[in-house]
Amino acid sequence: MYTDEELDRQMGLLLRVCVIVSCAVILAGGVLYLIRHGRESEQFGMFHGVPGYLETVPGVFREARADGARAIIQLGVLFLIATPVLRVVFAVWGFARQRRRLYVGISLTVLALLAWGIFGQR
Amino acid sequence: MNNVLFSTVVFAGSLIAGFLGSLTGLGGGVVIVPLLTIAFGVDIRYAIGASLVSVIATSSGAASAYVREGFSNVRIGMLLEIATSAGALAGAALASIVPTSGLAILLGLVLLFSAFAPAHKEDPKTAPAAPDPHSLAGRLQLNGSYPAAGGMIPYAARRIPLGFGLMGVAGMLSGLLGIGSGAVKVLAMDLAMGLPFKVSTTTSNFMIGVTAAASAGIYFHRGYIAPGLAMPVTLGVIAGSLMGATLLASARTAQLRTLFRAVIVALGIEMIWNGWTGRI
Repeated sequence: MYTDEELDRQMGLLLRVCVIVSCAVILAGGVLYLIRHGRESEQFGMFHGVPGYLETVPGVFREARADGARAIIQLGVLFLIATPVLRVVFAVWGFARQRRRLYVGISLTVLALLAWGIFGQR
Repeated sequence: MNNVLFSTVVFAGSLIAGFLGSLTGLGGGVVIVPLLTIAFGVDIRYAIGASLVSVIATSSGAASAYVREGFSNVRIGMLLEIATSAGALAGAALASIVPTSGLAILLGLVLLFSAFAPAHKEDPKTAPAAPDPHSLAGRLQLNGSYPAAGGMIPYAARRIPLGFGLMGVAGMLSGLLGIGSGAVKVLAMDLAMGLPFKVSTTTSNFMIGVTAAASAGIYFHRGYIAPGLAMPVTLGVIAGSLMGATLLASARTAQLRTLFRAVIVALGIEMIWNGWTGRI
């Protein structure tokens, strides 16, 4: 039997690894950003959005591969947004092993809501 | 101010907010938006985007420890996440319609609420019985047990529809304002659903990540998440809350909590004033 304790422990480990990886990517991008753009001064006082390539998942990946500092930070941000999503995916699998069908359904509902927020825009 | 200097001061401010937030249990995320808008003149939309990202980081980081210690109830959290993520999606959708001055006033009110949220009373020593299998809590398997000095203590949830509704409100505030709304979540679980305090605080923390991720996707596509701002805020808040969590066992937090509460009240009044006079 797959117990609540095992599910909790593995979920905790998953969260920890994801947060460490995300923060490491954000830090790496941040160091690069300060080296390359440290003497410029970016303005945040007026809202005009961010460049289009930082608003889409393919755009971020493309620019990050091309070594764009801001895109690497944004990649870390995307990993961070993906962390709770992965946690819900893991819960679907964990509840399935526990044969709690009700909770598989509940987790899938949460997953659908998350997917709608992330992919359902335009 | 060049980017090195700006990142350094924003990092330092976020570090202090994360540190005080985790040490006092009042949460650091709630002060990030006022800090960025009032002290650094950042547009409230960029501030909300950066704050939301930092909220995901601290929630997931802290949750990794709580889940493993067995305090968080994964099932209760998952069920209520339906309400919080639906609320968060609605909140993020509303955020583009509500004027920024309205957001500022609403955030000010939430800050005041967080500072004066009803104090928790000690958990009753008598453990509640196992849930009746035909009750709503029984059918939804909303029971569990948590470790305490005298062994594992069982509990079951009550007033589930009320808790579910309050969670929808918490999610909407989170999606609108880029905060974790931990205070409303604890209110729903502790006072409405009658869950033990330790279970409600840790499960609330656990849920904040999913709630914030739901609206973060929308904000990302709208260009609210500026990497140059999200970077120092996220790294600062997570470093600060790790430091706070390490010190938590040894520190005397009563005076700090009073101090931090005063800061939250002052920021709340300032946000309401700025929103009212149309400065934000």
